[in-house]
Amino acid sequence: MRVFKIIAWIALILFIIIQFFPTEKNESYTTPDNDFMVVNNVPSKIENQLKVSCYDCHSNSTSYPWYNKIQPAAWYLEDHVKEGKAELNFNEWSTYSDRRKDSKLRSIIKQIESGEMPMDSYTLIHRDAILSENIKNSVISYMRILKDSLK
Amino acid sequence: MKTVKRSLGAMALAAITLITVSCNEGKKNEATAPMSNEMHQDTMDADKDMAMNDSQDAKAEAILKDYFNLKDALVGDDNAKAKGLGNTLVQSLKSFDMSSYADGKKSELKDIMEDAIEHAEHIGESDIKHQREHFKILSKDVTDMVAITGTQMKLYEQYCPMYDGGTAWLSTEKQVLNPYYGSSMLKCGKVQREIN
Repeated sequence: MRVFKIIAWIALILFIIIQFFPTEKNESYTTPDNDFMVVNNVPSKIENQLKVSCYDCHSNSTSYPWYNKIQPAAWYLEDHVKEGKAELNFNEWSTYSDRRKDSKLRSIIKQIESGEMPMDSYTLIHRDAILSENIKNSVISYMRILKDSLK
Repeated sequence: MKTVKRSLGAMALAAITLITVSCNEGKKNEATAPMSNEMHQDTMDADKDMAMNDSQDAKAEAILKDYFNLKDALVGDDNAKAKGLGNTLVQSLKSFDMSSYADGKKSELKDIMEDAIEHAEHIGESDIKHQREHFKILSKDVTDMVAITGTQMKLYEQYCPMYDGGTAWLSTEKQVLNPYYGSSMLKCGKVQREIN
């Protein structure tokens, strides 16, 4: 019992200490001129869905869930957003070369098709980010058209 | 048992207090700077001074050498080896020096390298199915690079119509050994073009 008590206290103290490490937030709240939606003529249905399903991790503005107030959850999210933005940042779309746009679009199509994106760990909480079969097809065909227009 | 309950209670209480505190704290953070995708840019600029045509060709040959090693690992269905070689290729791509090329070529090479580095990085950390998907685009990047830089080597551009709607790659051998299927369809493909 004593051992349990000590462990509980250590865990508690650690839990308290890590609360004082802030994370850097991904909240710019502006739409840059380089944004995917600005430079492309995206149908509004697709635009809205992409913003809900992708922009939390693939843009400079994340709308954070309540548990981002608590460590270590905030670290976990920070990591994900960082990684997501390095892979693809919709806010910087027009800064990509055509070659990279082509690569990005290929990956977007592949990963949406296979259901890899949006990630299960994300849609678990963000149920509205799940792509219905219908919208999934529209997004994919839109991305295909965009990809073909690069050539 | 009582003490355990008490410490658990204290823990919960402390947690609640903290959540409230950090709630207030979180509000005052400002926007983060946009992330840079051009981390390799500096390395390239740093090498600028030693621009000589010979050393550049050597760099292009180094990229090709690493590319072919990677291709052989994929032919051999060797995921772990391909990971390592993907990372090796990232390094040779990053150290490529394009400074003595004309501006138009330079920007094209920059685009090629940026894209190729990303695919090589993914190959360095993916399962073999993904490695092959990235190798497809990487092959296009490397082929386009060779069109600009040229090479001393004799190369064969090979083509497999079955993989992902038709896919090409480069080889130093005339004989077809398919990196996209490995042992499951080793001979699928044909030579579609000879370089040099």
